[in-house]
Amino acid sequence: MNEINSKVKPQFFEKHQRGIYKSLEDKHTTIEEIDAEDPLNAKMILNMGPQHPATHGVLRLVLQLRGELIEKTKLDIGYLHRGVEKIAENKTYQEFMPYTDRMDYLSPYSNNVALCMAVEKLAEVEVPERAQYIRMICMELARISSHLLWLGTMVMDAGAISFFIWTFREREKIYDIFDEVAGHRFTVSHSRIGGVANDFTDRAVGRIKEFVTKFEQELKDWHGLLDRNRIFIDRNANVGILKTENALDIGATGPVLRASGYQVDQRIIKPYLQYDKVDFEVPTRMEGDNLARYFVRMEEMAESLKIINQCFDKMPKGPIRANNAKHAYPSKDEVYYSMEGMIHDFMMTDTGICPPAGKEVYHAVESPKGELGYFIQSDGTGHPWRLKVNAPSFRNLQVLENILDGEMVADTVVIIGGVDPVMGEADK
Amino acid sequence: MSLELTETVQGVVNGLSSDFSEDLIEVYNSCDHTYIRVEAENIKEILNYLKSKHHFIFLCDIIGTDRYTSDERFEVIYNIMNLRTQDRIFVKIRVEEEDPAVDSVTSVWKAAGWMEREVYDMYGVRFEGHPDLRRIYMPEDYEYYPLRKEFPLLGIPGSIELPNTTPDTE
Repeated sequence: MNEINSKVKPQFFEKHQRGIYKSLEDKHTTIEEIDAEDPLNAKMILNMGPQHPATHGVLRLVLQLRGELIEKTKLDIGYLHRGVEKIAENKTYQEFMPYTDRMDYLSPYSNNVALCMAVEKLAEVEVPERAQYIRMICMELARISSHLLWLGTMVMDAGAISFFIWTFREREKIYDIFDEVAGHRFTVSHSRIGGVANDFTDRAVGRIKEFVTKFEQELKDWHGLLDRNRIFIDRNANVGILKTENALDIGATGPVLRASGYQVDQRIIKPYLQYDKVDFEVPTRMEGDNLARYFVRMEEMAESLKIINQCFDKMPKGPIRANNAKHAYPSKDEVYYSMEGMIHDFMMTDTGICPPAGKEVYHAVESPKGELGYFIQSDGTGHPWRLKVNAPSFRNLQVLENILDGEMVADTVVIIGGVDPVMGEADK
Repeated sequence: MSLELTETVQGVVNGLSSDFSEDLIEVYNSCDHTYIRVEAENIKEILNYLKSKHHFIFLCDIIGTDRYTSDERFEVIYNIMNLRTQDRIFVKIRVEEEDPAVDSVTSVWKAAGWMEREVYDMYGVRFEGHPDLRRIYMPEDYEYYPLRKEFPLLGIPGSIELPNTTPDTE
C-alpha cells in the first residue's frame, strides 16, 4: 500500500493524478510506519466523485480506507473552475454582477449584494435606505433557501427521502417570490450598483409576508420531526467533529465555525446595510459535530424570519436607486423618455462606474455558507485591476479534508452534507 | 502620523515599528481598512508576531495580485483578523518576477495550506516550506499561470489535454 502510484494507471492528466496519490501517501506519514502490516488486506484507496451524487456537485475525494475506517483523505477540487476572477478583469463592474449568481448558485442574491456593496464602498456610492431594506429581505430569503437545500439533502443523506420533497416545496415558494421580485427564479441578478433593479410589487410583499407566517409553523414541524429523532441523532451526533481549538486554525467559517463555538458573524462584527438596526441572535453551539451544525442552521432560519419581519416594519418609502447618473443606472422611465437618460444609460453600459485609481477595498457579507468577501483593486478604469473572491465553501472544504480523517466511510456523505459546500463557489 | 487608525491597529503599527523597524515599509488606509506593507523576508516572523502578541488569530484569506511592473511584480496580501476587537488588517509583501518565492505561513495557520496553493496555482509564486504545494484548480500537468496579466482571456488552445470521451477504447 505504500506505493499507491505503482498500482494505478491514470488515463488522463497523469501528473495531476499521481500528485494526488503522492500527497495522500505523504499525509501523516508517521501513522503509516506504525501499522505497515496489513495481513487481512483490508486497506484500499477509494475514489469518490467527481460524479458522485452525494458530493453535492463535482467534488472528488480520495480516501484511504482500512476496512470501514477512513485513515486519511485528500480532496481534489477544480472540476468547475471557470476562472471568474480572470473574467472579472475584463468586464465592467456591472457586467460582472450576473457572473456572481453562478458562484454560489444556491443563494445568488447574497453574491450580487456582496459584489455591489464592495463596488459601492470603492466608488463611494450612497444607497437609498429602502434599497438597503429590500436587499436585506432578499438576502435573508436567500439564506433560508440555501439552508433549505442543505436541510433536504443532508437529511436525505442520513436516510429520509421524503423530507427532501418537503423542503423543496418550501424552496419552490421562495423561487416564486424571486420570480415576482426580480423576474428570475434562480439566477436573480436583482441588485444593481447603487441600489436594486426594481421595487417590490404589492403582490411580492404579500407573498413574502404569507411565506414568513406559514414557514414559521413549517419550521416547528420539522424541529418536532428531527430534534429527537433517534435515527437522525445516531447518524449525526459525534460525527465529523471540528474541535473548538482547531476551528480557527483550519480556517472554518460560517455555520461550521459557529457550531464549533465561535460567534463570528459579519452581520454582528461589522454591520453592513441596516443590520445594526434590527434585533437578532447569532446561534452558536459548542459541540462542533454534525448535529450542532444542524441546530445552528435551523436556528438561523428562524432568526432570518425575525429579521424579515422587522425589515417590513422599518422599511421607509422612497427611491430604490442612487439618483446620480455617474453612479447608477437611471430608471427606465428616464431612459425611454429623455435624451439625457438614454445617454447616461449608454455610458453606464459602455464604461460603467470608474472608481479612483490605486484604491483597494475589501467588503465581506455573511452569506449562508459563511464570510463571503470581495477584494477589489482599482486602476481608475471601468474594469477592476484585480478582483478576488473570498469564498466560504473553499475554506470549509479545507476543513472537510481535516475532519474526515478517522471517521467511518458510511459517514462521509453525512459529513459532506453537514459542511454544505457549493462547488460553484469553491472552484470559482 | 496623520493616519486615522483604531487603537488596535495603532498598537500593531507601533509594535512593528519597534520590533521589526527594518521590515516596515509603509502603512496606509483605503476604504476603511489598514494596509501594512513589509519586506518579504521576515513575513513568517511578522505574522507569527501579530498572531501571538496582537491577537490577530484568524487568517481570512491570502490574495495574490499581479502588478505587471518590471520590478517587484507580484504582491501577496494576507487578510487577518483580530476576533477580540474585530479589527481587520491587510499585510502586504512584494515579490520579484524572476523565480518568485515566499516563506510559507502554514506553520502559523493550517488554513494557509489551500490559500497558498491557490496563489501558487494562479500566479506561480512558490511558498517555501509548504507541506503539499500542488496546484489546486488547474491540473498538475498545466504549464501556465492563468491569472498573470499576460495570459490571454480566451486561454491557450491545446494547452490542456482533454480526456477521451470513451476512455476504455484507445
